[in-house]
Amino acid sequence: MLLSLAYASVLFCFMSGFVSLLIRQRVRVLKMVDYCCARRPLWRRSLYDWLEETHYPQQIQRTAFFLLALAGLFAILAGLAVCLSQAVVTDQLSLGLPWLPWHVRFDSLSGVFYLIIGIALIAVAGYGPGYVKDYRDQDHPFAVLGLCSGLFIAGMLLVLLADDAFFFMIAWELMSVASYFLVSFQHENSANRRAAFLYLIMAEVGALAIILGFGVLAAFSDDFTFSALREAGLSPAWASLAFVLALFGFGMKAGLVPLHVWLPEAHPVAPSHISALMSGVMLKVAVYGLIRFCFDLLGDIHWQWGVVVMILGALSALGGILYALLQTNLKRLLAYSSVENIGIIFMVLGLSMIYVANGHTQLAALGFVAALLHAFNHALFKNLLFLGAGIIQHQVHDLNMDMMGGLIRRMPHTSKLMLIACMSISSLPLFNGFVSEWLAFQTALQVGVLEDGVLRSLVPVAAAALALTAALAAACFVNVYGIMYLGKPRSHHSEGAMECEDTGMLASLGLLAGLCVLFGIFPGLIINVIDNVSEQIIGHTLPNPGAAGWLWLTPVASHKASYSAPLVLIGVLIAGMISFRYLRRDADMVLRESETWDCGFGGVTARMQYSSSAFTMPFRRIFARVWRIDEKIDQQTGPMPDQVTDIHYQLQVEDHSWKGIYQPVARSVNRSARNVARIQTGNIRIYLGYSFVTLLTLLWVIS
Amino acid sequence: MSGILAILQTLLFIFLAPLLAGWLKCCKCFLQNRKAPSLLQPYRDLLKLTHKQPVVSRQASWLFVISPYIIFSATVLAAAVVPLIAVDLPTASAADVVVLVGFFAFARFFLALAGMDVGTAFGGMGSSREMTISSLAEPAMLMAIFTLTMTAATTNLSFAISFVLNEGVVLRPSFFFALSALVLVAVAECGRIPVDNPATHLELTMIHEAMILEYSGRHLALIEWASQIKLMLYGVLIANIFFPWGIAELMTPTALLYGLLAIIGKLALLAILLALSETLLAKMRLFRVQEYLSFAYLLGFLGMLSHIILEIAR
Repeated sequence: MLLSLAYASVLFCFMSGFVSLLIRQRVRVLKMVDYCCARRPLWRRSLYDWLEETHYPQQIQRTAFFLLALAGLFAILAGLAVCLSQAVVTDQLSLGLPWLPWHVRFDSLSGVFYLIIGIALIAVAGYGPGYVKDYRDQDHPFAVLGLCSGLFIAGMLLVLLADDAFFFMIAWELMSVASYFLVSFQHENSANRRAAFLYLIMAEVGALAIILGFGVLAAFSDDFTFSALREAGLSPAWASLAFVLALFGFGMKAGLVPLHVWLPEAHPVAPSHISALMSGVMLKVAVYGLIRFCFDLLGDIHWQWGVVVMILGALSALGGILYALLQTNLKRLLAYSSVENIGIIFMVLGLSMIYVANGHTQLAALGFVAALLHAFNHALFKNLLFLGAGIIQHQVHDLNMDMMGGLIRRMPHTSKLMLIACMSISSLPLFNGFVSEWLAFQTALQVGVLEDGVLRSLVPVAAAALALTAALAAACFVNVYGIMYLGKPRSHHSEGAMECEDTGMLASLGLLAGLCVLFGIFPGLIINVIDNVSEQIIGHTLPNPGAAGWLWLTPVASHKASYSAPLVLIGVLIAGMISFRYLRRDADMVLRESETWDCGFGGVTARMQYSSSAFTMPFRRIFARVWRIDEKIDQQTGPMPDQVTDIHYQLQVEDHSWKGIYQPVARSVNRSARNVARIQTGNIRIYLGYSFVTLLTLLWVIS
Repeated sequence: MSGILAILQTLLFIFLAPLLAGWLKCCKCFLQNRKAPSLLQPYRDLLKLTHKQPVVSRQASWLFVISPYIIFSATVLAAAVVPLIAVDLPTASAADVVVLVGFFAFARFFLALAGMDVGTAFGGMGSSREMTISSLAEPAMLMAIFTLTMTAATTNLSFAISFVLNEGVVLRPSFFFALSALVLVAVAECGRIPVDNPATHLELTMIHEAMILEYSGRHLALIEWASQIKLMLYGVLIANIFFPWGIAELMTPTALLYGLLAIIGKLALLAILLALSETLLAKMRLFRVQEYLSFAYLLGFLGMLSHIILEIAR
């Protein structure tokens, strides 16, 4: 029953993909209708009406997205059901090679990620029809977009179901390759092709590392099924090797620093609902992979692994947010912010590993829940931000924040929803981002129980990094919201921007924003679900909050720490209402509108405002070493002495890892390719010689 | 009973805050050989502002108008969870000390957005600088507070303070570091010299005043009041965490009275120290503030490390 829900969701994804293939096949579809409805003319008529030529493409698009919504619905149902029942269902599919059936297993860990994917899918399905209808089908065929989206999502869902290494890798590759086509969808720009190629290379290198990781495990067991891999008794050295390979592979997909460079390239060029899925969901599938590999398959966790994961996470979190701060392209900024959030997830996961290795399972469960909760929350608000960015790109025809401004008056609904997203991601109280960060702090603060002195002083470093990250994230999103939505419009496009009129798009943003608020105020709803996962994986749950548990969040014990968002909300409302009522008591004191204060000079223009580069200037100076900054000011002098007629300012921010890591690697790859190319002379006699030598060697080996 | 006390204490917090600001001004005037305004002057200013008609720029959006209420409510809520005269505070369990820092962040988020809303150069400048300073100050404050919470093994302020009380006078190196860090952060976050100058308008170096330049009338009153409460909050945090003696542990009227007198005495003393430092020091250049704040961050971090290395019983 549970599995059939999960299968149904995968099936709907495939169906959505195949339905979108029909977008240019109206004649064939009508033939099929004729054939099927030969005896029912009434049905035939209504189907003909429905498939009328003028809106046929739109109907197909709507059907494709409706199927995705169904897939999302079933994924949510399956995820919730399996988490709440704590069941573990297994199955075998006789697909693939005859002696290698695909093993399937659906447990609460997969269930939580099903839930994440399901929510994201429903939002995307509501958003999609409005978003894709402006693509011209000649340049950007919907058939490709729909098919690859369906395959991509089905791949993600199948990764979560896989119970043997073969099936896992097949599903993983389906996800990677399908998403490559989605990134290169708008391939008319060379930058997009380059980004997609970079993504493909990194995805494949990562996949190789994962295969090697499974290989190490498989060498110590007799089969490739996960149940056999779980039994594999590895020596610590081999286990560590497998762990490092898995961390490299999954970290590359998740975007850990320094393996993150594909993210800021690929996210901005993909269609917005796809970047939402990639950033909000696909990165989480990589987190799932690491959890499955380390906590479940490898089992016996060493504390050193936890330290490595924690430090990498802290680096990603800090690096991600510092790079995000300096971006002016909105989607690039969001991509870097995903690096930050993935960093936070890994940091807390590392903490959890440290606690597991030291035998403090209850604290490990706390860290584990915090990590999964942050993954869930990040999926919500990052999807919301990417979908919102899509609307902005659509209405303002630009993603450069320095060209925007004043959108709060022009786009009243979107601006409110985006405000919720910005507040959630800045982890302000009453919103969902705060809850997971609060739990992360609580996890780090329990470090006193550890025996080892080095560990005990290392964990506070992570807490310090987390505190700095949170504060910088708030600055970053004040910048985003303030520059884009507030102030005066900085370009014609933003001056003429209109509110998005598609109700589906707005509704899906509203759904995500509503969930951000809901889980910010009642985090217990989702924590109860995630708790079951930690019971399954760690073997421990959070302490039972007792009566009125929905009101309180008590991760360790009620005298140690507690947080009650509903009470805080009531307090804020009371304070706000009283001050509002009291100050408005005099009916004559209505607001008087007037000009902005301009120091008496007159004529405040939009160009006098702070731009986003100006806003982040203090950060650029303070953390100057973090980026490779290329700043140029060109001044044109006029005829008068000291007169400046024209100033051009250029700012380029580049990643250190390009020059430090990727360029040397690329150079050495090129060099070895040139060396290999020497054997290719183009001369047929030499090639025949090669064949002859190979043949002789093989014969010699066989004999 | 304790619920009513919590509300009364919050009200006391709100209505004492302007008095502290007035006292601070008196001390400064005395030190600088100026004639001091009355102690009650801040109350009169606030009252006058609430009676004035607010002027709002045509450029401003709804965010500009509701921000003062949000800022004020968040600050009041922060005041509601910090024990003032009695240790036992039921509201402290609804929001622990991490949430307290979150309330400050909440208020700051809207203050910075409101600064950018009207689209003047001043507002953006103030917001940018405020976010820069706070993004360095907030982690420093968290570090200082974490030292306390790790010592007391709780993030609930009520329990933490009663832990410090019950321990008696114990010399902890970590508390020394944490206290210094918290003092440095308090000065920066409340916009006092040497980080910001609360007494100036229209000076290129100002931060807080630049953001609220467009506000007038009741909106300005709310923001001014909120910043007075914030100043007092930091004062109470420093006084009650590191020198909690005198705070009421029992709910008897005499204990509460002593508690009230004790906190008034401590705050008055802290204000004198602040006035002294404001008179002696000059304002720093903006880009020296980062060194100041990284020093605070480092102190907080050292406090945490020295607690972990020296003080955890083996």
